[in-house]
Amino acid sequence: MSEHPIALTINGQAYTGRIEGRLTLADYLRVNAGYTGVHVGCEQGVCGACTVIVDGRAVRSCLMLAVQADGSEVRTVESLAAPDGTLHPVQQAMRDNFGLQCGFCTPGILMTMAVLHDRKEPAGEDEMIAAMSGHICRCTGYQGIRRAIRQLTGSAEPAQEGAH
Amino acid sequence: MNAPGGIGAARYIGERMPRKEDGRLLTGRGTYVDDVVVPGMLHVAFARSPMARGRIVSIDTTMAKAMPGVHAVLTEADLARIPVTLLSFFMMPMEVETTLLARDRVAYVGDPVALIVATDRYLAEDAAGAVMVEYDEETPVVTIADARAAPPIHPDAASNVAATMGEDEPNPDLERALRGAAHVVERTLTHQRISQSPMETRGVVSAPQGDEELTLYITCQSPSVIARSVALSLGMPDLSIRVIAKDVGGSFGLKNTPWREELAVIAASLILQRPLKWIEDRLENLISANQAREQEMTLRIGFDAEGKLVASHCDYGINNGAYPQGADANVAVHAFLWAAYKMPAYGFLTRGWYTNTVGLAAYRGPWAMESYGREVLLDIAAREMGIDPIEIRRKNLVTRADQPCMTAFGMPLEDITPADCLEKLLRHFDVGAFRAEQAEARKAGRYLGLGFAVYIEPTGTAGSMPVMTGETVSVRIEPNGKVQAMLGTHSQGHGTATTMAQVIAEELGVRYEDVNVFEGDSSRGGYGPGAAGSRQGVIGGGAAVKAASLLRDKVKQVAAHVLNASPDAVTLERGTIRVAGAEEMTRSLREIAEIAYGEPARLPHGVGTGLEVTYRYDPPPVTFTSAAHAAIVEVDGDTGFVKIKRWISSEDCGVMINPAVVEGQIAGGLAQAIGTVLLEEFHYDERGNPTTATYKDYLLPTIFDVPDFEYVHANTPSQAAGGFRGVGEGGAIIGPPTLVNAIADALAPFGEIPLDLPLTPAKLLAVITGKPLSPQHHAAHPAAAAGDAAAPAPTPDDPGIAAVLAGVEPERIDPPTAAGAAVDGTWKLVMATPMGPQEMTARFATDGTTLMGALESPEGSQEFAGTAEGPNLRWEMKVTKPMPVTLKYDLTVTGDTLAGKCKMGMFGSAKVSGERA
Repeated sequence: MSEHPIALTINGQAYTGRIEGRLTLADYLRVNAGYTGVHVGCEQGVCGACTVIVDGRAVRSCLMLAVQADGSEVRTVESLAAPDGTLHPVQQAMRDNFGLQCGFCTPGILMTMAVLHDRKEPAGEDEMIAAMSGHICRCTGYQGIRRAIRQLTGSAEPAQEGAH
Repeated sequence: MNAPGGIGAARYIGERMPRKEDGRLLTGRGTYVDDVVVPGMLHVAFARSPMARGRIVSIDTTMAKAMPGVHAVLTEADLARIPVTLLSFFMMPMEVETTLLARDRVAYVGDPVALIVATDRYLAEDAAGAVMVEYDEETPVVTIADARAAPPIHPDAASNVAATMGEDEPNPDLERALRGAAHVVERTLTHQRISQSPMETRGVVSAPQGDEELTLYITCQSPSVIARSVALSLGMPDLSIRVIAKDVGGSFGLKNTPWREELAVIAASLILQRPLKWIEDRLENLISANQAREQEMTLRIGFDAEGKLVASHCDYGINNGAYPQGADANVAVHAFLWAAYKMPAYGFLTRGWYTNTVGLAAYRGPWAMESYGREVLLDIAAREMGIDPIEIRRKNLVTRADQPCMTAFGMPLEDITPADCLEKLLRHFDVGAFRAEQAEARKAGRYLGLGFAVYIEPTGTAGSMPVMTGETVSVRIEPNGKVQAMLGTHSQGHGTATTMAQVIAEELGVRYEDVNVFEGDSSRGGYGPGAAGSRQGVIGGGAAVKAASLLRDKVKQVAAHVLNASPDAVTLERGTIRVAGAEEMTRSLREIAEIAYGEPARLPHGVGTGLEVTYRYDPPPVTFTSAAHAAIVEVDGDTGFVKIKRWISSEDCGVMINPAVVEGQIAGGLAQAIGTVLLEEFHYDERGNPTTATYKDYLLPTIFDVPDFEYVHANTPSQAAGGFRGVGEGGAIIGPPTLVNAIADALAPFGEIPLDLPLTPAKLLAVITGKPLSPQHHAAHPAAAAGDAAAPAPTPDDPGIAAVLAGVEPERIDPPTAAGAAVDGTWKLVMATPMGPQEMTARFATDGTTLMGALESPEGSQEFAGTAEGPNLRWEMKVTKPMPVTLKYDLTVTGDTLAGKCKMGMFGSAKVSGERA
């Protein structure tokens, strides 16, 4: 076993510690730092539930070792809403459009959306939907996620309803 | 007026209220089982069998026990100190001995052999790898076909038949009816094995507190069912068990019942008297969490000359794996197969089979094979008989005028509406316009298809099976005027806190925001099965209606007394109490609640203090939901890929509490149906090794695989309180036949599609190219076998039937003739490419109209397969150099020369000429 010192920033807070080389970033964030909004869905890099933002990029925290995040700025879903509780636009869009059911895949989806939405030139509908191909949701059939993306990118009104 | 829907009343039932669950789930503040940390908690990993079947010669845990951080390594011999009886969802013991860990034999890859307890999961897994097990490997029984032929895999079972019902011998009356039918269609359909794949895997934190209390945090479908089941399994009458499951990351049937791993962790925690956590990883989930759906069905249907149903027989089998969660022959398949149709005579034989694979569990709509078999065969029959697929359903569906009536299986029907759903669907979809578009597209070589399916689904069942009980709702108006509701309903994503709050707010007359719903804890709320059988809206909703209206009556009684008014003149709306004609009497609910709790002297004589009601609702035995769906697909003739272009759901789930939640349930089920038809397949090799143990191999639908769904709601109130019908499972039941029928329609010009799910591009391409995928594939489709005069399979040279189905004039196609000797042999070809002429050598071999061959060029040799219709040779081949492109050859042989062209994707066409070598 090997121990390595790391120092990183998580959601604006400085963290230091000595950790094993094999500890995943996902486990570090969940267990060591207590950010349980990071959800581990497959540990194979396929489902996207564990996605966090590392130095501005959406990253699968199950495929990254915590030591690789040394010196980085990491953001988890817990940092998205404003301190006064106001939801981030991607959270609000998901809420408005019933974009989640069980909510397990949701934090990863939000982090990918947030990176694409918050960058200098926000992503359009096609790019955002293309990015969603890296996230598996078993509950919703992606209906509300797609509507949320359309709301975020201004390509459609939020809710489409059935005939009554 | 004092009706709840009076002026100023808030209508919440039927509204798309934002979900109460979303605030915490969107901000990462949910509490799933892996988020639970208990002081002193240790972590569990399992050592598992690497083979499907074998005797355990020895287990050596010495090395594992010596590893850092390891507290204990337990085998079945250690766990046996606490005798644990595994129970099915129906609280019945297993038919074959099922231990928590393997004792002297392993029966599937992933069978748990030892349980390791360590200070963290990494160390526990290290030690799991150091458990030394010596096995004597045996030949496994993997498929249903294996199970039929092999001696029993379980020493305590007489055969590999886990469960059976129905008639072993042909029923002479039924056979006579089928023989006398004007038209008989018979097919064998196979359904692949499905992993439920909730995004949150299984997991448990078992925290004993002395000998008398046990707190379980477990991801499940009903905390009260788990509490009941674990108590029965452990047989410790003095142990008080509390089960907590705040947030659950999906289940879909998997987490109905605590199974071997969860109970092993619970037993270990009691033995060690330490809190233990086990969180299944995805590899474990894919190989050792119970699975579903591996089935085969041979269905025969007889029709009279008009296309009316005469009789039907079904021979059905389902792979139960080694240790099913209750040996199961899935008799529900037969109960519902013809429930929505007028079927005079039906017989069946249904069997579950033991194999050396992971056990059978539930999956959304466990009996869904009935809709797949029936609806797909109805379309095949329609095609063969030249009847429109809509008409064959109209002729046979149970309509409102037919009810009340009994199904062929003996179930009473009173208010099913499948025919109404179909007609309503057709009002939202122009079939004629589609057929015209389809005909135009076919001329252009594009294959569009339209599929329909109709079904009914039993929801909200109660009273007929021990665990399927009624539901209790407790509603309390606190002295501060806020409403607390404790429910036995439980959300694994269903949003029951939202929907139940809508019902309570509307029935009680308070603001939605003022209703707090508490679920997910067996120590509060009543006993209820939670999510199982699409029941929460019907029974939980019904209980909420009843409890809230009783509480409203008490509020009005107290308010009327306090305000000296008639109860009939008092209204409660949005938490405000008014007396008709006396505006000055208006009071907040809080003012009345404070009196109700704190000033008994001001209450009417004989009325107790407080504003609390608990109501247990027992609904009608079953409430049916009906639906008709339509899907439009395009199948790519070059690749066999299916693109779903449109999907319309027309369902009748009665009064909708929250249309967004209803549509979310339908959409989720349909997405799973799309996975079932096109993508998902849990596969074992012939030695019983799982070959799809990651999500790179077990393909779940992504956002690109699922279209935007459209919804039509019929809203016929049910006879349950509130008029609700269940909607949780339907999409997963009606989705597969809808999509398969659309694909079959698209490819009708080429012949019949295979009915062994999933319909991969390779299988569909085999239909398009006319080149069989494999001998087994061919054998799986009796329609392809010769000699079935009663049911001639459509062939590519008989476009008539397909065209009738498509509603267009048959396009004249000359029957192809075999090319034979005129083509076979070696040819020198020259292709005129933009870079100059390229010389190649081609070898052709024809078999009927099938062309096989190879093309050699300086770059290498490549084989191909295509068609040889007379002198016309067509084939396609993909090349990667100098760039990826599909080359489509179209050549015509004249004597010893040939000429034609090769289409090179976006690079245009090149002329090809050649002569015999």
